[in-house]
Amino acid sequence: MVVLRYAQEILASIGAAVLALCAATGALLIFAATAVSHLVRPPFYPVEIGRQLLRIGWFSLPVVGLTTLFTGGALALQIFAGGARFNAESVVPSIVAIGMVRELGPVLGGLMVAGRVSASIAAEIGTMRVTEQIDALSTLSTNPMKYLVVPRLIAAVIALPLLVLIGDIIGVMGGFMVGVGRLDFNAATYINTTADFLTTADVVSGLVKAAVFGFILALMGCYQGYHSQRGAQGVGRATTNAVVSASVLIFAANYILTEVFFTS
Amino acid sequence: MSTQITLKNLTKSFGRKHVLRGVDLVAPAGQNTVIIGESGSGKSVLLKCILGLVKPDAGEVLLDGQPADRDRDAFLARFGMLFQGAALFDSLTVWENVGFRLVRGKNKLNRSDARDVAVEKLRRVGLSADVADQFPAELSGGMQKRVGLARAIAADPQIIFFDEPTTGLDPIMAGVINDLIREITAEIGATGMTITHDMTSVRAIADQVAMLHNGKIRWIGQADQMDTCGDPYVEQFVTGSADGPIEAVR
Ligand SMILES: Nc1ncnc2c1ncn2[C@@H]1O[C@H](COP(=O)(O)OP(=O)(O)O)[C@@H](O)[C@H]1O
Ligand SMILES: [Mg+2]
Repeated sequence: MVVLRYAQEILASIGAAVLALCAATGALLIFAATAVSHLVRPPFYPVEIGRQLLRIGWFSLPVVGLTTLFTGGALALQIFAGGARFNAESVVPSIVAIGMVRELGPVLGGLMVAGRVSASIAAEIGTMRVTEQIDALSTLSTNPMKYLVVPRLIAAVIALPLLVLIGDIIGVMGGFMVGVGRLDFNAATYINTTADFLTTADVVSGLVKAAVFGFILALMGCYQGYHSQRGAQGVGRATTNAVVSASVLIFAANYILTEVFFTS
Repeated sequence: MSTQITLKNLTKSFGRKHVLRGVDLVAPAGQNTVIIGESGSGKSVLLKCILGLVKPDAGEVLLDGQPADRDRDAFLARFGMLFQGAALFDSLTVWENVGFRLVRGKNKLNRSDARDVAVEKLRRVGLSADVADQFPAELSGGMQKRVGLARAIAADPQIIFFDEPTTGLDPIMAGVINDLIREITAEIGATGMTITHDMTSVRAIADQVAMLHNGKIRWIGQADQMDTCGDPYVEQFVTGSADGPIEAVR
């Protein structure tokens, strides 16, 4: 009997957790759908979009640049070490390029920007929520979805592909520097191999990923901030949740997108 | 043209916490109604229900007899509010806060005209033009409150809500704000609703006083009847006594 009751309690708590997860997913989807529906309906706030582009794009450049530079370099060493086991050291330039452009550029760029930008969006919007600034917007006949959420979404979707494109170039350059400086590749050969090997599809698939990741990280920052609980603790929790949920969703979306590009 | 606000059986709970348990209230057009009550009694929630920022569980909000949800945008276009914590936008300068509505919407002004209006409104609430280009975070709490007041009245609204306008101000500035609220609502002919637990404000501002207690309107009457109404709750609140029917949490 006792065992049965424990089993029942465990099942009940699993059920409750599943229901809570469904409710949270539903709320997020509704939030996303509402935001997207406001994308196409005026008024628009171009000044806000510009401001967010600067913040999400421009100020993330150093972080993304440094991340991809070091990763490109490390990648070149790893592939050289791996390739040496079956006398295939010459694959270094092409694998570095492919790895960077199709996978590591967008994923690492997305994660770094998620850490930086999701957190700051969630903290900012969360603070606006708890200090009633969002309510104040409504009373001033301004829809907070249009004024706060939509500009951030647009800016992130534009900024991320640009950032990742720059990151790709810097990452390939990192590989090149290590390849030529440390692994004795001929500079001209390295560049030629890279250029010959990479296709437009490789680059585009990476940039599409980046745009999706941009949407995810801005959405999670906005969503968590918008639903922040009261007080400093509420804002803190919103910030953490934004980064964690954005990162996990980026990994999940990355797998799904890779699968799509892989089969097509 | 000012608007009469009618609340019928307004009810709101947060989870198991029943904040409003059926509030009935009429705020006559062009008059100042002051709502008093202990802190946490649901006064701010009441205002937010009228604005649609909080969705009531039951009951109605009528504006001149029409349901408020019918044209909320039109209502908000003629509306201004001073929030309890001022709620200034910290990414914008002081004048951009005050002129927020002026540079948007149908009859929008260009930025330099809007700035002039904003500076004029700031002067009205006792702030000089040099704060116009500062950011809210650089101002003291009392100054922020005054900027909030300037923002509330910037577009000459027909309906104005003031949520604890004098909390956090020194007595002299509180007096100035009280007089301003009275003056400005009279000048525009606006319908005013003020929340406060400052009895000086009540006496300075109110035409009509309503006391919110335990989720309902406990007493409502003209300001001059307040001292002689015989209701022990109101009496305790007015005299600020610790002894009486309202339990003080110690
Ligand atoms: N969004 C909310 N979620 C949960 N509880 C709330 C919310 N807003 C207000 N409350 C609760 O409702 C009660 C009344 O709050 P409020 O209207 O702010 O009081 P006051 O009369 O001091 O303005 C408080 O106990 C508060 O905790
Ligand atoms: Mg309050």
